[in-house]
Amino acid sequence: MFADWPILSLTIWLPIIGGFLVLASGDKAAGATRWTALAIAVLTFIVSLPLYSSFDPSTAQMQFVERLPWIPLFHIEYYLGVDGISMPLIILTTFITVFVIIAGWEVIQYKPSHYMAAFLIMEGVMVGVFSALDAMLFYVFWEAMLIPMFLIIGVWGGPNRVYATIKFFLYTFFGSVFMLVALIYMYFQSGSFDILGFHGLKLGLSEQILIFIAFLMAFAVKVPMWPVHTWLPDAHVEAPTGGSVILAAIMLKIGGYGFLRFSLPITPDASSSLDWLIITMSLVAVVYIGFVALVQQDMKKLIAYSSIAHMGFVTLGFFIAFMILANPDATSGAVLGIEGGMVQMVSHGFISAAMFLCVGVLYDRLHSREISDYGGVIHTMPIFGGFMVFFAMANAGLPGTSGFVGEFMVILASFRADFWFAVLAATTLIIGAAYTLWMVKRVVFGKVGNEGVAALQDINNREFLVLGSLALAVLILGVWPAPLVEVMDVSIEHLLKHIAVSKL
Amino acid sequence: METIYLLIVLAPLLGAIVAGLFGGRIGRGASHWVTSSGVGLSALLSLYVLFGFVTGGLEVFNGAVYTWMVSDGLRMEIGFLVDQLTAVMLVVVTFVSFCVHIYTIGYMAHDEENWPGESLAGSNSYQRFFAYISLFTFSMLMLVMSNNFMQLFFGWEAVGLVSYLLIGFWSVRETAIFANLKAFLVNRVGDFGFILGIGAVAMYFGSIDYAEVFARAPELANTQINVWGDESWSLMTLICVLLFIGAMGKSAQVPLHVWLPDSMEGPTPISALIHAATMVTAGVFMVARMSPLYELSETALTFVLVIGATTALFTGLIGIVQNDIKRVVAYSTLSQLGYMMVALGVSAYAAGIFHLMTHAFFKALLFLAAGSVIIGMHHDQDIRNMGGIKKYMPVTYWTSLLGSLALIGFPGFSGFFSKDAIIEAVHFSTIAGSGYAYFAVLAGVFITALYSFRMFFLVFHGTGPRDEHAKAHLHESPKVVTVPLVLLAIPSVLIGFFTMEGMLFGEWFRDVLFVLPQHDTLARLGEGVHGPVSMVAHGFAGFALYFAAAGVFAAWYIYMKRPEIAERIKSRFGIVHRILDKKYFFDELYQALFAGGSRGIGKLLWSLGDRILIDGLIINGSAKAVGVVAGWARNIQTGMLYHYAIAMILGLLLLLTWFVI
Repeated sequence: MFADWPILSLTIWLPIIGGFLVLASGDKAAGATRWTALAIAVLTFIVSLPLYSSFDPSTAQMQFVERLPWIPLFHIEYYLGVDGISMPLIILTTFITVFVIIAGWEVIQYKPSHYMAAFLIMEGVMVGVFSALDAMLFYVFWEAMLIPMFLIIGVWGGPNRVYATIKFFLYTFFGSVFMLVALIYMYFQSGSFDILGFHGLKLGLSEQILIFIAFLMAFAVKVPMWPVHTWLPDAHVEAPTGGSVILAAIMLKIGGYGFLRFSLPITPDASSSLDWLIITMSLVAVVYIGFVALVQQDMKKLIAYSSIAHMGFVTLGFFIAFMILANPDATSGAVLGIEGGMVQMVSHGFISAAMFLCVGVLYDRLHSREISDYGGVIHTMPIFGGFMVFFAMANAGLPGTSGFVGEFMVILASFRADFWFAVLAATTLIIGAAYTLWMVKRVVFGKVGNEGVAALQDINNREFLVLGSLALAVLILGVWPAPLVEVMDVSIEHLLKHIAVSKL
Repeated sequence: METIYLLIVLAPLLGAIVAGLFGGRIGRGASHWVTSSGVGLSALLSLYVLFGFVTGGLEVFNGAVYTWMVSDGLRMEIGFLVDQLTAVMLVVVTFVSFCVHIYTIGYMAHDEENWPGESLAGSNSYQRFFAYISLFTFSMLMLVMSNNFMQLFFGWEAVGLVSYLLIGFWSVRETAIFANLKAFLVNRVGDFGFILGIGAVAMYFGSIDYAEVFARAPELANTQINVWGDESWSLMTLICVLLFIGAMGKSAQVPLHVWLPDSMEGPTPISALIHAATMVTAGVFMVARMSPLYELSETALTFVLVIGATTALFTGLIGIVQNDIKRVVAYSTLSQLGYMMVALGVSAYAAGIFHLMTHAFFKALLFLAAGSVIIGMHHDQDIRNMGGIKKYMPVTYWTSLLGSLALIGFPGFSGFFSKDAIIEAVHFSTIAGSGYAYFAVLAGVFITALYSFRMFFLVFHGTGPRDEHAKAHLHESPKVVTVPLVLLAIPSVLIGFFTMEGMLFGEWFRDVLFVLPQHDTLARLGEGVHGPVSMVAHGFAGFALYFAAAGVFAAWYIYMKRPEIAERIKSRFGIVHRILDKKYFFDELYQALFAGGSRGIGKLLWSLGDRILIDGLIINGSAKAVGVVAGWARNIQTGMLYHYAIAMILGLLLLLTWFVI
C-alpha cells in the first residue's frame, strides 16, 4: 500500500526540514525544542518503517523508486530507491537517531537547538546517501554529511577538537576527491550519473583498477580501514557522545555500503584482482588493531579501535567472496561472506552505539574517559553495570547477541577462501574478548575506585530507555537474525551473480 | 513430546528472567522459589524422559524449533536432538542443579556479609545468584539438547558466560575478577579452535546438522586437504583436533587447564555445579556426541588420549600439595576429567559418559560437603587449620566419606565401576599412546587415593581446629545444606551398581555412540564381565584396587600416624614440592608470555605503527610537507602581473606540446 508513496523523500526531507525548524526555534524554550526534535526523529522512524514492512524481499530490483530530473543539462537526476542492501541501513539510521536525540536530552546545555538540528539534518543526509541512485546526488549527500559532523565535533567537542575536526575533514575530503573524479569519468563514459547504469558499464582492466583505487580511497577512509584509520580514535575522543554514536553506528557503514554499491559491481575485475589487498588490510585491522585496542587507557579510544577491528570483518566478508568464487573446493560461501559483512554492519551499529552511550553515561557524571578513574562502578550503578557487561559481551561476539552473527558468518565463509584467513579472523574471539572484558574488569568490577565513583548515581529512566532499547535490538538480532538476512538475500545473490561475470 | 522438551529448557530460563530482572522487587524467598521450582520441574520432566527411554516408550527425537537463519544454502536452526545420551545428560544436569539450588538457599543466606555495606550490587546478590544458576542450567540444557553445531556453540559460550559471571560473583575481590577474566580468555582460546572446527564442518559437509554430517562422514573419511603448501592433512583429523581444542578449553585439559583451579574464587555451589559436575564435562559430552567423526581419525583419538592421560596424571600430583580445601577438589576434578578424555581416546565413549555421570554425583557431593565445612569454619578454607571436624559435623563427615570412597573407586561404589571400566579399556586398547595412558591412569589411582584421603584425614580426623574461636562455633550445617548432600550421596554409592551393565556393555548407547569394531575396547572387556558382581570380582584381580588401598594407607600413615614424615619429604624433595606447589609454573609462564606479550605487542603497534609511522610520518608529515610547499609556492605569488603572464604562457606551451606529442 505504501509502494507509491514518496517514502524515501519523506525520510530524507522530514528530518532536514524539521532540523531547520528546530534551529530556527532557538534556545529560548529549550524544553519545547527538545520535544520537537524528538517528535521529528520518532516520526521519521515511523515513516521509514514501511520500507521494511512493504519491502518485497523476492526481488533484487530497486524499490520505492523516485525519479525526477534535477539538472537536465548534465543528466543529473533526483533518483532514489532501495534494495535489500540499503534498506536495513536506512532503518538503522532512523532508529539510532531517535536514541541520539534522547541521549543528548539534558546533557547538552550549550545551544541545544543547534545540537538537535545538526543530528536531524545529519539523519536526512545519511538516508540520502543510502538511497541515492544518481551518483551526483550521492556525492552531494556524501559531502553534505561532513558539515554537520564537523560542527558537532567542533562546537560540542572536547579540548583537542580543532585538531580532531581538521584531521577528520582532511582525511575524508582527501578520499572523496578521487571518488568524484571517478564518478565524472564514468559520466563521460556512460552519459549519465545513473549508478545502476555504471554497473553495466563496460570497462577495461586498467580503467577498472584506477576507478577501484579512487573508490577505495574514499571508502577505506570512511570504514575506516587500516592504515587510514587514525582519524577515527581522535574524532571519537573529541566528539560528544551523540557524535560518537552517529559516527560509529552509521557513518562508518557508509564506507562498507560504498563497496557494495560501487566498487564490487562497477569494477568486478579490479575487485577480483586486488582482493588480496583488501583482505590483507582487513586482517591487519582485525589482528593489529585488536592489540592496539588492548593497551588503550581511554575508554572511547578503546571502543574506537574496537570499531575498526569489527569493521575489518565487514570488508573481509565482502572481498573473500572473490576468493571463494575462485576456490574449486568451495561450492558456496560467497553469499555467506557478504551477508555476514552486512549483518556485522547492522549489529555493529547497535553495539558500538550502546558502548559509546555507556561511556557517555559515565562521562556525564565524572567527566573522565580514563579507565583508571573508575573501578567498582557496579557497586553504585548496578543497573548500568549490568548493561555495560551485556554490551561488552556483545562486543566480544557472544552467541545470542548480534555481535556473534556477523563474525560467525564471516569466519565460516573465510574458511572457504583460505584456512589461514579463518585462523586470523578467529583470533578476534580471543583478542576481542581480552580488550573488552579487561576494560570491564577495571571499570565495572573491583572495589569502589575513588570518591567520585562512590558518589555515582545509577542511570535514570531516560538512560534506561536508551540502553534498554539497544539491548533488546542486540538480543533480538542475536537470537533470530533470519528477518534481517531474508530481506537482503536476493539482492546479495543478484550482486554476486553480477560480479561473477567479468566485464572484460 | 516437543512441548516437554521445550518445557525442560524454558522452565529454568523463565526462573532466571524473573529472579534476574525482578529479584529486587519480589524478594529473596520468591526468587529462590521461582528458580528452584523451575529447575525442579525440569528435573522431573528429565526423569520422565529418561524412564521413557528405559522402558522403550520413547523414540529418539530430532527436530527443529525455529530457523535461526538460512544463508547461502546453509541452514542454521535451533533444534533438539533427544536420544539416550541426551537423556542421561538431562538427568545429571537437572538433578545436580536442583540439589545445588536447594543447597544455595543455605549457603548464600548471609551473602550480604561478603559485600561492602554501601554496595548496591550487594543488596540483591542473593537473587542474582539464583538467576545465574538457573540461567546456567538453561544454557547447559541447550548445549546437551542441541541437534547441530551452531546451537552447540551457543550453549558452549553461554555456559562460559555464566561461569564468568559466577567466578567473579564477589566482584569486590581482586582475585575473583582476575580469575573470571582468565577463565573466559582461556576458554576463548579453546573456542577459537572450536569455531574453526565448525567452519571446516560447514565447508566440507555443507551442513551443520548432526544427522546430516554424521551420515556423510564415512564418504569423507579419506579426504585429504591442503592447508599449508603442498602438505596434505586428513580432513577428519583436522576437524576432530580443532573441535577438541574447544573441549580442552571447556574441560580444562592440559595446557588449557589453568583457569579451573582459579575458578574456585566463585561461591562453592557453582564450583560443584559448573566446575565439577556439568559445564567442565561439556567437552567430554561433545567428543562422545561426535564419535562418528572421531572414530574416523586415529590421529585425533591418540591426541585426545595423550592429552587426557597427561591431565589425569600431572594435575592429580598437584592435588597432593594443595592446602585450600576447594583447590584439592578442583585438582581432583581436573584429574578425573583427564580420565574421561582417556576413555574417549580409546573409543570407550560409553565409559567416558558413564564416568561423567558418576563423577557428577560424587564430585558435586564432595564440593558441597567442602562448602559445608567452609560454612562451619567461617570461610576459612585452609585444611591445615582444620581437623577433628567429624564429631561436630556428622552428616557432612559421613557423606564426605561416601563421596571420597566413590572417587577413589571403592569396590561396589559408583566410581569403582566407571574408573575400572576406563582403566581396563585402556588396557585393551592398541592405538598409539595407550601404553603411556595405561601407566598414567594406574598411577593416577594411587595419587587420587592419596590426595583424597590426605584431605579427608586432615579435615575430619586428628586433633580439633587449632583456633579455639573457630572450634566454639563449629556445628552441623542447616537442613537445606545437608539434605542435598544426602540426596547426592545416594547415587554416588549406588548408581554404578545398577546402571553399569546397561550403559557400558548393553543396548543403551548402541545406536548413539558409534564405535568401529577394531576400536571396541569395551566389548572386549565385556567378554569377561557379566554384571556388577562379576565386575567387582574382576577388580580384585587387577592392580587398580590395590593401588587405591595403598594410597589411602599412605595418606593415613604420612598425615595421621607419623606427620613428621610429611615434613621430612617436603624438605628432602624441596624442588619437587616447589614445582608442584607452583603448578609446573604454567601460570607464571602464561602471564609473562601471553598477558605480558600481547600488551607489549599492543604498545609497540600503537606507538610505533599508529603514532609514529602513520600519524607522525604520513599524516602530520604530509601536513608539514603541504606547509613547506605552500611556503615555497607563496614566493611565486609575487603579485606582479608579468610573472603570472610568463607562467601562463609557459603552461600553455607545455600543454600544447603534450597534446601534440
